[in-house]
Amino acid sequence: MKIDVEHVARLARLGLSDEEKKLYGEQLSRILEYAETLNRLKAEGIEPTTHSLSMKNIFREDKVIPCSDIDSIIANAPREESGMFVVPRIME
Amino acid sequence: MNSSTAHELHTRLRNKEISSVEITEAVFRRIESVEDKIKSYVTLNKEFALAAAREADKKLKSGENIGPLTGIPIAIKDNMCTKGILTTCSSKILANFLPPYNATVVEKLKEAGAVAIGKTNLDEFAMGSSTENSGFHTTRNPWNIETVPGGSSGGSAAAVAAGECILALGSDTGGSIRQPASFCGVVGLKPTYGRVSRYGLVAFASSLDQIGPITKDVTDAAILMNVIAGYDPSDSTSADLPIPDYKKALVADAKRFRIGLISDLMGVGIDENVKKAIKDAARLFEKLGAIVEEVPLPTFEYAVPTYYIIAPAEASSNLARYDGVKYGHRSKEAPDLLSMYYNTRREGFGPEVKRRIMLGTYALSAGYYDAYYLKALKVRTLIKQDFEKAFKRFDVLISPTAPSVAFKIGEKTADPLSMYLSDIATIPVNLAGLPAISIPCGFANGLPIGLQIIGEAFAEEKLFQIAYTYEQNTDWHKRKPSFAKASEGKPKL
Repeated sequence: MKIDVEHVARLARLGLSDEEKKLYGEQLSRILEYAETLNRLKAEGIEPTTHSLSMKNIFREDKVIPCSDIDSIIANAPREESGMFVVPRIME
Repeated sequence: MNSSTAHELHTRLRNKEISSVEITEAVFRRIESVEDKIKSYVTLNKEFALAAAREADKKLKSGENIGPLTGIPIAIKDNMCTKGILTTCSSKILANFLPPYNATVVEKLKEAGAVAIGKTNLDEFAMGSSTENSGFHTTRNPWNIETVPGGSSGGSAAAVAAGECILALGSDTGGSIRQPASFCGVVGLKPTYGRVSRYGLVAFASSLDQIGPITKDVTDAAILMNVIAGYDPSDSTSADLPIPDYKKALVADAKRFRIGLISDLMGVGIDENVKKAIKDAARLFEKLGAIVEEVPLPTFEYAVPTYYIIAPAEASSNLARYDGVKYGHRSKEAPDLLSMYYNTRREGFGPEVKRRIMLGTYALSAGYYDAYYLKALKVRTLIKQDFEKAFKRFDVLISPTAPSVAFKIGEKTADPLSMYLSDIATIPVNLAGLPAISIPCGFANGLPIGLQIIGEAFAEEKLFQIAYTYEQNTDWHKRKPSFAKASEGKPKL
């Protein structure tokens, strides 16, 4: 099985070295071939299970509650300025 | 003292024979003498722990608000948020992360007066079966330090087995509590999905993750469940159901219990010694008055490929948040936004995490979604139905927890698929959202074997009763790693 590793890595926003691209290409092919054993099972008409408990939307009251203190959140930022996250320029 | 159970120490604390500070100091002495060999922990916080112990001693003295965990040292897997204490998921991308809040389980432990002593090692983001995928170091199995402790909660299981804590919390997505408990000869329970709040548990695969106890015996597991179980409005998937007193389920009686031995987990690929130990356990249950019959669960052979589509798919989505913007590592090579994403994630994630992000992204990508992801979700339904059928005839199902005893460090790292197959017996349980416990049931080559007992959703009490009955009639759980004797020169506690 051939996988477009570069395309997948781009979708995942994951930088990979040439070595990694080769390795993951091979390993993913093997794992996906193994996953194809699932095709031996007939599953037409079977409902998919996304969640083991059957749950519908859970609602809560729209009430204001205090959130964690902002300083300790901002303290984790790789770069910050006046309580804001700083990122590289997005628009030229 | 450090090798005692929580319920033994609770009695001695109540009788004022010892103090929480003394227990906590004994645990830290033990850590100082063995940790360089076992490497269970990522972060230790002695001062913080001693402060909590002094607080507990005050309560114990006044006799107010005392519970079974008051003053008891507990270790926490490093993927549960602890306010102001590093929470790394054993990943370089979170190496400096200081959570601004506590996970609900951590908050509950605090309210119960437990003494949190440190954060234990895991496979990076809980992806793995040996702790070899940790971004920091590999934990060793206290029974033989050449072998892995299992994973991903390997640090917690090793710490409990080596007496580096009294009990611990782990998390289980495909076997990450039960398999290390099996490898380290301790008790590990994965509760029903929704029984314990996941709020503050760093997400790996949200439809499968569940927090649970890793302890020295079944009684301690019930005690810890009494503290951590329950509805939490902060976790929309937590179940709003009444919680029984699990200690009341600790009754040594297996009479007329209908036990199904899963025949599909007793065949090819399962070590002969392991099969023998499980058959011996089945015979013991019969002797104790239970009815044991074999039960086929034919879809089980599809559980591992199903899991390795669903779990990476969910992970690839959950781990999108590590982008270098709000917390965690950010690459120094970030001239523009896209390079910041690419380089941050390339530098911050280890090989297994990258592999699973790639696998999950592929399975969810246009053109492949139906063939892989949707197909896996349908097979998940079939696996669930297999269990439902079995539970019409049986109260609980039993099987080996793992196909073998602990394997050698490095043995499976070159072949991801062989590593994935070590979770063959535990994965179906997560896919169906059921509770299951692993308890020690024998030894092979000096390494522990685990018996897995699986129950219906929210039927943890039955697991506790059967596990307790087995434990009362055997003494596997009383054996300690010979490694423990290595420090006998130190003062006895």
